[in-house]
Amino acid sequence: MKPTFSRRHFLGTAAAGAAALSMPSIARADKSPIKVGTYGGFFEDSFKEFVYPEFTKATGIEVESVAVPTGEAWLVQIKNAARAKQAPVDVSMMAGVNRLRGVLQGLFQVYDESKIPNLANLSDTFKARDVDGGLQAVGAVSWYITLCTNTDEISEVPTSWGDMWDPKYEDTLGLLALSTNSYLLEVTAATFFGGTDILSTKEGIEQVFAKLAEVRSNVRLWYRDEGAFQQALQDGEIPMGQYYHDVAGLAAAEGFPVLSTFPKEGGILDSGYWITPKHAKPVDEVHEFINFTSDPATQATLARYLGTAPVIDPALTDLTADELAAVSSPKSPIIPRYDIYMEHGDWIADKWSQMLGG
Amino acid sequence: MSNNKSLSQYITLVPSSVMIGVFFMVPFVLIIMASVAVKTPDGDFSYGFDLTHFERFMTWFYIERALFSAAMCALISCISLLIAFPFTYMLTQFKERTKTLWLIYILAQLSLSEVLIAFSWQVLFSRKAGIGNILEYTGIIEKSFAMAPSAGAVIAALVYLAVPFAILLLYPALSRMDRSLIEAARTLGTSTLGTFFRIVIPVNRSALVSSSVTIFVLTLGAIIVPQVLGKPEHWTLSVLITDQAIFNFNLPFASALAVVLLLLSGSVVAAVMKFGGEK
Repeated sequence: MKPTFSRRHFLGTAAAGAAALSMPSIARADKSPIKVGTYGGFFEDSFKEFVYPEFTKATGIEVESVAVPTGEAWLVQIKNAARAKQAPVDVSMMAGVNRLRGVLQGLFQVYDESKIPNLANLSDTFKARDVDGGLQAVGAVSWYITLCTNTDEISEVPTSWGDMWDPKYEDTLGLLALSTNSYLLEVTAATFFGGTDILSTKEGIEQVFAKLAEVRSNVRLWYRDEGAFQQALQDGEIPMGQYYHDVAGLAAAEGFPVLSTFPKEGGILDSGYWITPKHAKPVDEVHEFINFTSDPATQATLARYLGTAPVIDPALTDLTADELAAVSSPKSPIIPRYDIYMEHGDWIADKWSQMLGG
Repeated sequence: MSNNKSLSQYITLVPSSVMIGVFFMVPFVLIIMASVAVKTPDGDFSYGFDLTHFERFMTWFYIERALFSAAMCALISCISLLIAFPFTYMLTQFKERTKTLWLIYILAQLSLSEVLIAFSWQVLFSRKAGIGNILEYTGIIEKSFAMAPSAGAVIAALVYLAVPFAILLLYPALSRMDRSLIEAARTLGTSTLGTFFRIVIPVNRSALVSSSVTIFVLTLGAIIVPQVLGKPEHWTLSVLITDQAIFNFNLPFASALAVVLLLLSGSVVAAVMKFGGEK
């Protein structure tokens, strides 16, 4: 007799078993729990402590928190899971070029805008759409990269990104080591070329590179790991550089002589967006979650405890002027040109490495 | 009978062969396949045959990086052995108890990760909390200064990482060495130093060669130390591979660089084994 227990059979049985096991939870609550991905560490901790419990209280939907990496690894995991018709989380935070690539590769679901009434609070910048106009990503939180100094070492606070080029700061700067996380091309363009429009052409990018190369002799450390720079900034070992405004604020609150300054050209504004992988099942619950995080009250909570800038009009929140000043600035920000890294990614990466290496 | 024996030998080889096959060959084949994959317009890649990633490597910038990485790791390998060999030689002459304590201490060093070592040396080389302050206090230098990031800092930290490995690799050979050779040389009037250079080193040549190759390959894969303690001109090929894979969204190019690194270390290992090993 031929064996009747084929692989397909086994899969079928396993699926049935899994369904049977998950039955009780379906019977207990009519809303299924959702898995939410945020960056591991302080981000995830703050969401777990201040956002998820309130969300569960308001909607009855349980949240399982998942720590996700910031780099491309996370997009690759989502892609691989999609090949197996799975979703590693139901909704996740994603930023920068990763999000654009995910949209382009069709890895995310299109949201139903009618199910997210609070979407009206967000400006169009925070509603990312695919070519057909489908809503694929919704702003979650924003953060600024600013010019930070150690006040014990540098008494005269710099007011412009251009100060980084000042010869008196030789060998004192800490800058992020990659074009796609430092956004220094945008900073250079905004400071010396009147805005980031010049980056639209390769010739323009080359001009900006030439100017940026001049900052090299002032740079002590090109850092990838935030921790490496934060320690050096707090100690005064590397007294100046670009750093995250929210974390610098936390360090200052702990008593370290660290000051975050919004240069006159504006801070670099980067944002995390919510995306939902293609095969995530609890679609309605995810919409409720995004509606909750787009609520002025939630955005205010995040600003207070996570130190992020709201993705909605601050006037809608109950944040005081001081609270708002702690997380953002009325100066218009430098917005990263994610599109150039999509279009000329390899070329910029090579030019960047060569520029750093001299 | 002999046929049966060889059959049973084959059977005992099966589990390890399967393990090596699955856990070593499959990722290796995937890397090779990715290195010749075709990039698609949406930023993804599909398997195919495309040599553009290797062409991109063939620019002076990347070739220079590869040569720099190899030269630096060769230097680190030499320094590590210069430190480890005399030490291990002396260690084998200690009392049993002292030897054991030393070996436990050295084994414990291996539990330190590269990350931990990099960050500890960053503190040691800092202007405000590092060695510079001791030198300033003792009057050797006038004012403390930052010693990192620099080539010296990268080399120092990687030597620190490599020395325990070198000692453990040299220890078995040195402790097995026939002491009567040394006695004979000494009886015939060779000085202590002469014995060391003319007997101890030649006798342990193959152990020295294999240790140097291991240290070379080990440090070639280091990424955190060059990143944290080096300037961009000291970043090795491994650092560039990480950047390509994690930050620049280019897995095929990262794989191509990895294949180049593999060929580089493979040819160094082969050359050293051929010309430096036992005749």
